[in-house]
Amino acid sequence: MPSKKTLLTPKQPLHELTKTLTGITGLDEITMGGLPTGRPTLICGSAGCGKTLMSLEFIVRGALEFNEPGVFIAFEEKADELATNVASLGFDLNELQQKNKIKIDYIHVDRSEIEETGEYDLEGLFIRLNYAIDSIGAKRVVLDTIENLFSGLTNLAILRAELRRLFQWLKNKGVTAIITGERGEKTLTRQGLEEYVSDCVILLDHRIIDQISTRRLRVVKYRGTTHGTNEYPFLIDEEGISVLPVTSLKLDKPVSSDRFSSGIPALDKMLSKGGFFRGSSILVSGTAGTGKTSIAASFCNEACARGEKSLFFAFEESPTQIIRNMRSIGIDLQNHVDTGLLQFYASRPTLYGLEMHLVAMHKAIKKFKPKVVILDPITNLITVGSVSEVKSMLVRLIDFLQDEQITVMFTALSLNTVVNEQTDEGVSSLVDAWLLIRDIEMNGERNRGLYIMKSRGMKHSNQVREFLISDEGLNLIDVYIGPDGILTGSAREAQMLLEETGHVLHSHAIGVKDSELLRRRKILESKIDSLKSEFESTEAELNKSYIEEAIKKDVMEQNREKLTTLRGKELGTIKSKNKKSKK
Amino acid sequence: MSNKRDAINWDTTEDEIYELRLFVTGTSPTSVRAINNLHVILEQHLKGRYELEIIDVYQQPLLATSEDISAIPVLVKKAPSPVRRLVGDMSDTNKVLRGLGLL
Repeated sequence: MPSKKTLLTPKQPLHELTKTLTGITGLDEITMGGLPTGRPTLICGSAGCGKTLMSLEFIVRGALEFNEPGVFIAFEEKADELATNVASLGFDLNELQQKNKIKIDYIHVDRSEIEETGEYDLEGLFIRLNYAIDSIGAKRVVLDTIENLFSGLTNLAILRAELRRLFQWLKNKGVTAIITGERGEKTLTRQGLEEYVSDCVILLDHRIIDQISTRRLRVVKYRGTTHGTNEYPFLIDEEGISVLPVTSLKLDKPVSSDRFSSGIPALDKMLSKGGFFRGSSILVSGTAGTGKTSIAASFCNEACARGEKSLFFAFEESPTQIIRNMRSIGIDLQNHVDTGLLQFYASRPTLYGLEMHLVAMHKAIKKFKPKVVILDPITNLITVGSVSEVKSMLVRLIDFLQDEQITVMFTALSLNTVVNEQTDEGVSSLVDAWLLIRDIEMNGERNRGLYIMKSRGMKHSNQVREFLISDEGLNLIDVYIGPDGILTGSAREAQMLLEETGHVLHSHAIGVKDSELLRRRKILESKIDSLKSEFESTEAELNKSYIEEAIKKDVMEQNREKLTTLRGKELGTIKSKNKKSKK
Repeated sequence: MSNKRDAINWDTTEDEIYELRLFVTGTSPTSVRAINNLHVILEQHLKGRYELEIIDVYQQPLLATSEDISAIPVLVKKAPSPVRRLVGDMSDTNKVLRGLGLL
């Protein structure tokens, strides 16, 4: 907000309208710097829409934050009543009055006491106002609600003229003033006057649609400057008013290439870069009981484990319920709650309208400054708004979160079992990553299949993984792809068993073949042996005859030699005898 | 012209004393008219039974706050009760008398 102030200062030489910061969260953004300095602003609206509170906060914040004393002229409530009413917001009016930071003056006009006896004017009011302003050097003035004068006094002509004079007087006095007014039937105020003489008109509205009330604010006119023209929801809570300037939809957000883990290692592996981008938005959708909250809890657990603050918006379960349930899958969120890293923000969707949810979330996020935000589930918000309203709300939320570099994970319930291309909230086109969990029903059981529908800016697996929730946490397993399609759960187990059996049989068959081969070999080898011995015996026989032959020859040679020697003694006779015997 | 005390206290036996305060703003036309008109009425109907204090709120703005004054001129009847406020230049004599409880 101080930046706004510095932005304004260089404009002053151009005699442009100077503005006074209200200090009310969001209002200064819508009015682009606050209310017109030194001019009257009208805040109008029906009963109970927060006029008095808004104007009083203007005074109190001025005194506390901008050191601008203020005068509050109350026509409706007495000073001590006002003090009691705003004590719950932490504003100590009595103390501020003692310090001369603010001055509250109660003007009471009671018709029953008054008799009008002729012409008059409201100079008394001017004098009191003047005195109050001068006594504390006030820069801000509130008149709440000036119309009460009309209930006490009857001469409309005088009152209207005096009111006009009052606006002019306030301008001359140079105070930044707020005048509150009840809303009229067709005009913004009952008298139809204030809106014309004010330089800035803010309309407050308290609408009830489907039994859910939403307060809205609109800057109807602002002379001499641009301003947000939409209706903006605002919230009144224990810290005063916060207005949400919602549609700053410029697509110029800073982006980060940092990645971080989803808390499920197997899921990180499916994403090429090992996780999601920081500041991205992730949608987890699936039918009932598919483990969306578990994924969200795991995501948030991982963020806390890294030492990053996480904010868990629960629209369905209470924080204690979530903590208990997540303990069953081995995620201890209580631990993170104790260390202050994790904060739950649980509210029933029907507690207030969508816009109010947005304001409340906005506020909680601004306050806690988390790195990771979980919305579980966004589907429940449908109960308080139409699809298009939810979508526009989420657009603005994502927009805001991206601005703050906060990673957000939504879970969404697909109401029909046929998961189509769009989620019910139609946010799929807005998110950066979309995980889809679907039921795979087969063989009388239901299993979960997870796949990544999209993940901007990174390669990702196109495989369907089986999503398992166990005591140890979450895991993803490759599914079996058989001839009958993908197999999960016990079918997958059965298929695995089947393949194992096949393996055993196969190795057995190989064993049998091996021994057969061995046996054959042995047979052949024995055959070879017998042939060998046959050959040896034949050879031996042949050798035998051959030796016999040689022996015979030797013996005959020896015989002949003997005969020759014998014949040598008998000469020729023996020779011829030898020849004959040879024949 | 701070406190213009016009307390004329002649006869107190007949009735209660009227305690009146008239708040005016300087010498503005309505204020002057109111003072004149009131004097005439009081002299006619309440001669000697009233205490009138004319206060210029320009001079005493604090009194305007403590007396809760907004419309001016205004005549505040402090006593006898009930407290009444008569706003205007007192030109409507009937209304003034009704306001003072004299009609």
